[in-house]
Amino acid sequence: MNMKFTIPLIVFAALAGLMLFGLTNDPKLIPSPFIGKPAPQFTLPRLYKPEETVSVSDMKGKVWMLNLWASWCVSCRAEHKVVTRLSKKEKIPVIGLNYKDFGTEEYGNEALKWLEVLGNPYYAVVVDKDGMAGIDWGVVGVPETFVMDKKGIVRYKFTGPIYQKAADEILSPLIEKLRKEEG
Amino acid sequence: MIPEIGHFALILALSVAVVQGIFPLWGSFNGKLAWTSMAKPGAYAQLFFLFISFLCLLYAFIVNDFSVKYVANNSNSQMPAAFRASALWGAHEGSLLLWALILSGWGSAVAFFSKGIPSIMLARVLSVMGLIGVGFMLFLLMTSNPFERLLQIPLQGRQLNPLLQDIGLIIHPPLLYMGYVGMSVAFSFSMAAMIGGKLDAAWARWARPWTNIAWVCLTLGIALGSWWAYYELGWGGWWFWDPVENASLMPWIIGTALIHSLAVTEKRSSFKVWTILLAILAFSLSLLGTFLVRSGVLTSVHSFASDPARGLFILVFLLVVIGSSLLLFAFRAHKLRSTGSFSLVSRESGLLVNNVILLVMAATVLLGTLYPLIIDALSLGKISVGPPYFNAIMVPLALVLFSVMGFGFFVRWKKDSMSRVLKRVWFPLTLSLVSAFVLPMLLAQDLKIMTILGVFASSWIALAALMWVLSSGRSPFKLPLASWGSVVAHIGMAMTVAGITVVSLYDSEKDVRLEKGQSYELAGYKYTFNGVEAIQGANYKAHRATMDISHNGKTVTTVHPEKRDYGPGSMPMTEAGIDAGFTRDLFVALGEPLGGDAWSFRLYHKPFVRWIWLGAVLMGLGGLMAALDKRYRRVRRRSLEVAQDDEKQTTNKPNPKLSGAIA
Repeated sequence: MNMKFTIPLIVFAALAGLMLFGLTNDPKLIPSPFIGKPAPQFTLPRLYKPEETVSVSDMKGKVWMLNLWASWCVSCRAEHKVVTRLSKKEKIPVIGLNYKDFGTEEYGNEALKWLEVLGNPYYAVVVDKDGMAGIDWGVVGVPETFVMDKKGIVRYKFTGPIYQKAADEILSPLIEKLRKEEG
Repeated sequence: MIPEIGHFALILALSVAVVQGIFPLWGSFNGKLAWTSMAKPGAYAQLFFLFISFLCLLYAFIVNDFSVKYVANNSNSQMPAAFRASALWGAHEGSLLLWALILSGWGSAVAFFSKGIPSIMLARVLSVMGLIGVGFMLFLLMTSNPFERLLQIPLQGRQLNPLLQDIGLIIHPPLLYMGYVGMSVAFSFSMAAMIGGKLDAAWARWARPWTNIAWVCLTLGIALGSWWAYYELGWGGWWFWDPVENASLMPWIIGTALIHSLAVTEKRSSFKVWTILLAILAFSLSLLGTFLVRSGVLTSVHSFASDPARGLFILVFLLVVIGSSLLLFAFRAHKLRSTGSFSLVSRESGLLVNNVILLVMAATVLLGTLYPLIIDALSLGKISVGPPYFNAIMVPLALVLFSVMGFGFFVRWKKDSMSRVLKRVWFPLTLSLVSAFVLPMLLAQDLKIMTILGVFASSWIALAALMWVLSSGRSPFKLPLASWGSVVAHIGMAMTVAGITVVSLYDSEKDVRLEKGQSYELAGYKYTFNGVEAIQGANYKAHRATMDISHNGKTVTTVHPEKRDYGPGSMPMTEAGIDAGFTRDLFVALGEPLGGDAWSFRLYHKPFVRWIWLGAVLMGLGGLMAALDKRYRRVRRRSLEVAQDDEKQTTNKPNPKLSGAIA
């Protein structure tokens, strides 16, 4: 056996190892430094009524979710159905944070069209045009979803599009558990 | 009932494939003739059952059987019948079934045209193809069953993505799959050669036509996809370095390297190990491409997690196929000693350069396609590797490749002298250098460095190929078909290069707002907007604009760009109005209504864009001509005797039953 003929095998094994490492290292498990801490404050204009604003403190006393989305985000489209179903099933207020999208030069009012076509599952949609609130929340990419308890503490962060199984097995039980906690 | 028959036929096909994958291979070692001779009927039976299964699913689509989940998700009764049929391969499950069907089709074709191939070799080839089929059918049945029923039957199905409701997309996937799956033949031949530990010129002669035809399908499939993106997406672009496109380009590049390497293996008994490695790579990349596109990993790695069973199966399957073939390679490659030696100035050296450049190109594309996925999987953020990366690396590589390509025609095998080669290339070389400077000056009145390089590359390849025919000293009519195929294919490449150069550097586009009766002039053409009407299509409503185009006061044509609405839940579709021409395309896309009689339009002038696809058609034609060369049929008969001797040498203990089988 000539050693040089094992080179392709070794290269392939290295590549495969890297891929396996990447895929088993579930990115959704990376803990957010915000978990267990009070939700970062924001006061942002509403999409449909820009003269009104919504703040994190408005949500006190309720279990609620913050869902980051944008019309330019392909995975948000995939996630949309799941978010809609989840908000209906759990009757949980979901604040949609429209991230670097509505009102920007490139995307204009794409966000409005998006909601018109796909439907609006949100309790309220707020506009974070320049992404400042996103920075405060330590956002890595869109979509991202946070779950807050009645005291306004961040209890869970989901990176990437929520898939149905995650909604059923992680988010729904969590929401029910948080609702039983004292406010 | 029909879907259950389809499901059952699929299970039967899997059972047949298991037998076909195990017994002929086993029989080729223990010399049991009865076992090796199961290969051919196995291949036919597998095709038969898969065809039944395919027909059953097709039937479910045609009669709108929405109790089948896959049909309900991808088709509805308002779609025209042709699109309902093509919706079969519009999504994951159906396209996998098509893949398996085409694989069994290739297997049967190999079995049918196998007269000259020794039965031991054939048994091994078909066994390997059977094993690949087992993998695919297991994947189908375990994770992606297209025949799954719904308990609550919907009255109406969901719509197939309107983007895919197009004639280009009816033929594009099957053609591309023909190419992908066709690479499995070269792969199986390579596996068989390594299992037997012997690879000779006869082997290359068997493998070459199959590889050529697979490459032809891949070429045409990619061109069709590019053409479709051009007229359907409405952006006037013909290549986006999109991961889906890259997934098909990688096996094509490696396939191109493989057909050249096979030529050396046949003619000079050289590059053997290299040929095998390329065959493994080409098929591995085809598999990777199929899965990348179909698993949904590309839109987001997270979708991988949405169906962990599928993702895991894909990974394991890829690991097993690529891993086992490379393992076999590691143990057996040293046995395949190349005998032909060659000096620095020789056709072999030229083809080696060709192969290395193509390999680097494929690696470039692979890196650019997978890097964002890896970054995303490691949660390091979302990045996108765009055209700048690909262009920056691929263009210089391609230029080097094209410069070598012209010489390749004139250099002799084994050993040549630089002075002799120069004596023969000076004329086309000078002519193409002159045209590289003169043509842009005359036609475009300017001189960009990229234009010069592009025009030089394309005229150099084309002239070299033509001059080679003229100066070969033989009557062009007596030249073998394979040589003609090579000339045609390389001229096709030249044409594609010319088209890419011109359209990339000289196209013009403009977003304009036009009221009814207004006109706009772009690149010498005057576009006059003559109103929009509302029309009703089979399953869509549309706005259809009328745009008259004139050139120097003379009416050239009238185009009708449309904006289609396929109902709730789908994005509006742009149907561009295109006037196609040999030297230029006029392309009009309808935008948004801007109040009153005004609409926004995007106008394009695309010089020589057709050449890109016409070139690809020539490449395909050339590949086909080469595959149909008389030599392969004639030699097949002669190789029978040669092959018998080979088998006797490789089997240490000559088995009386076995020799009988070959004779």
